[in-house]
Amino acid sequence: MQRIGVFVCWCGTNIAGTVDVKRVAEALKNEPGVVYSDNYQYMCSQAGQDMIKNAIHEYKLTGVVVCSCSPRMHETTFRKTAAAAGLNPYMVEIANIREQCSWVHKDMEAGTEKAIILGRAAIAKLNLNTPLTAGETPVTKRALVIGGGIAGIQTALDIADAGFKVDIVEKKPTIGGKMAQLDKTFPTLDCAACILTPKMVDVGQHENIRIFSYSEVTDVKGFVGNFDVTIKRKARFVKEDVCTGCGLCMEKCPMKKVPNEFNLGLDNRTAIYIPFAQAVPKVATIDPNYCIMKKTGKCGLCSTVCTVGAIDYNQQDEIIEEKYGAIVVATGFNPISMDKFDEYAYSQSKDVVTSLEFERLMNAAGPTQGTLLRPSDGKHPHTLVFVQCVGSRCEACAEKGKEYCSKICCMYTAKHAMLVRDKYPDTEVYVFYIDVRTPGKNFDEFYRRAVEEYGVHYIKGMVGKVAPEGDKLMVQASDLLDNKQLHIAADMVILAAAIEPDESARSLATMLTASMDTNDFFTEAHPKLRPVESPTAGIYLSGACQGPKDIPDTVAQAGAAASKVIGLLVKDKLTGNPCVAESNELMCNGCSACEKVCPYGAITYVDKEFRMPDRTTRVRRVAQVNPAVCQGCGACTVACPSGAMDLKGFATSQIMAEVDAICK
Amino acid sequence: MDNKNSNLQAEIVRMSGVNPRKCMRCGKCSATCPAYDEMEYHPHQFVYMVENGELEPLMKSKSIYKCLTCFACVDRCPRGVEPAKLVEAVRLAVIRQQGKNHLKPEDIPPIVDEDLPQQAIVTAFRKYAK
Repeated sequence: MQRIGVFVCWCGTNIAGTVDVKRVAEALKNEPGVVYSDNYQYMCSQAGQDMIKNAIHEYKLTGVVVCSCSPRMHETTFRKTAAAAGLNPYMVEIANIREQCSWVHKDMEAGTEKAIILGRAAIAKLNLNTPLTAGETPVTKRALVIGGGIAGIQTALDIADAGFKVDIVEKKPTIGGKMAQLDKTFPTLDCAACILTPKMVDVGQHENIRIFSYSEVTDVKGFVGNFDVTIKRKARFVKEDVCTGCGLCMEKCPMKKVPNEFNLGLDNRTAIYIPFAQAVPKVATIDPNYCIMKKTGKCGLCSTVCTVGAIDYNQQDEIIEEKYGAIVVATGFNPISMDKFDEYAYSQSKDVVTSLEFERLMNAAGPTQGTLLRPSDGKHPHTLVFVQCVGSRCEACAEKGKEYCSKICCMYTAKHAMLVRDKYPDTEVYVFYIDVRTPGKNFDEFYRRAVEEYGVHYIKGMVGKVAPEGDKLMVQASDLLDNKQLHIAADMVILAAAIEPDESARSLATMLTASMDTNDFFTEAHPKLRPVESPTAGIYLSGACQGPKDIPDTVAQAGAAASKVIGLLVKDKLTGNPCVAESNELMCNGCSACEKVCPYGAITYVDKEFRMPDRTTRVRRVAQVNPAVCQGCGACTVACPSGAMDLKGFATSQIMAEVDAICK
Repeated sequence: MDNKNSNLQAEIVRMSGVNPRKCMRCGKCSATCPAYDEMEYHPHQFVYMVENGELEPLMKSKSIYKCLTCFACVDRCPRGVEPAKLVEAVRLAVIRQQGKNHLKPEDIPPIVDEDLPQQAIVTAFRKYAK
């Protein structure tokens, strides 16, 4: 029989305001097993905790029930208190009489009655508790960063600088991500490449960092501290360790009509290519969809000209299996497709471009070497119309567009408008906006500069339609402040397309058992207090995979994610959760139902010899749980038809005892 | 807003099925509207004015007959507000109010004369206000 102590907390007036705490303590005194019951203003205070410790010694308590706030709040506190007094920490039960009782009830009588019932349930459960000991698991001191954009780069550098090994998996042939495609960066207008490429070089040269470019994560198993990850290194048909990146192959490649994805298809590249001059790793990749040799078996020019013999047309995909302690998701974003916004004539005219395409058109390393020319005829544009919120801030149920604000468009549009006016003072630049949103250090000042110093015409209103007419684009728009409909004959229209998570995010989330929101952005563990952690232990979030973000925010979050990873990797062992599933082998019928529902792969089946009542032995197939892998979700206990699976600390008998106590 | 007006506002909102509060004032409806120049009040103003109960000027305006009901604004609105349906509801509200001006039975005899076709009298009966 247990000797239980009950402690009812007032939580100031939070509980005592609607629950008669003294009556609760008095009523619970008579429950089976209870030898001591008291109340106090703040149980979590030092004095309150001392009260528990003293009672444990004085009354030789074997278990403690604290009627207080949610266990999420102070269960750990009271477990530590009990442990300090020599009690097993899992002999502590919390009855939540604040969030689930006093806060939701107004009537003192009803609140008190409910608090007594909740306390009674906790006592009933505690009567069946047994001491539990948490196991320990070692931590693999290596981190995996998925995505090699600025978020992944910064996270990897910070972890590596702390002395831990980091691998970056990037699906493109080079790291750098979207930032490598940008021209200038707001609000200081530094050239994106000038501030990014030194970081890329640092990553490439760091002794603690390995880059798996042109690679994908295909499978993730395991749990925090011990992930087993399968990485597919796609065949690039060039030996990565041999290629010097000289670029001779690109000069000679006869297939020169491949749309250049780095320039968003605004120009062409060769079938063997290095995406851009500062690529890391600076290694050529053969695009098998266009390579003449790969398609027809006749050509081999690159192989002939390569002075180091790096070309290998028969290279195969390589599968790597590696262990990691922590995984950081940094999969980033993409602009949405403009297919559903044909009122802006994106598909009808080359001179209607997205903002990311405009970045390339303004970039010195872009298809026009930084001279702004119309994609259709290569002429200098005089009138430019920028349209904001294309696909952002749409109705939730809308077929096209996204409900959220994409956050970065106001600033980059101000940047584009300013740069155009700065370089080409003969231009007229119009920006159509719904709201200009510029929270951020020096952001609003930046936008005002575009208006006041550079004379960009900001018009409160929206573009309704764009119609190509001759070599002009007829823009029909509203000016809400002047209550007018405007008709502008423009040379170029630039659409600030909404951004969405990368398309790889959803399948990756499934592999990681990390949760996502309805827009496929990864969910953080707490929107304010745990912004860089996924609710799944050991998975961290960096950059725009968690929500739209500009570069300053991304870098800040990347550093935060890295510090969380470092905090995990410095530990030699992780204390596990002792509340794991356990299979009663005598009752197990070997049906495999538990194995199928287990999301963590913690259950395996073994053939085991059993002694039968008639003294013969029989081999039976029974389930076994790996306590290091089990997360205690309880799915197996529900699936088990024979009642062999049970969860330690939450046994079926304990739950039923609680239900009985409530229904009494 | 007086009581009568707020009833009328609720009626227009109900008839149209439009929730004007969903509008984020982007103006894409008026940017899209092909009849913009013909209209005294423009699509975005319909949404705003109905929301604020300024119904009198809308109902008196010729704008309600200038709307082509092309539904371009409905198609393009990012928030699914459907301004054209609101214009139509205002138009309907005007027609229904006209319905309340039906002839009373005692109004009929003085206007009946030999030249008046019987059909017109029947029509007048049909338009009786109860």
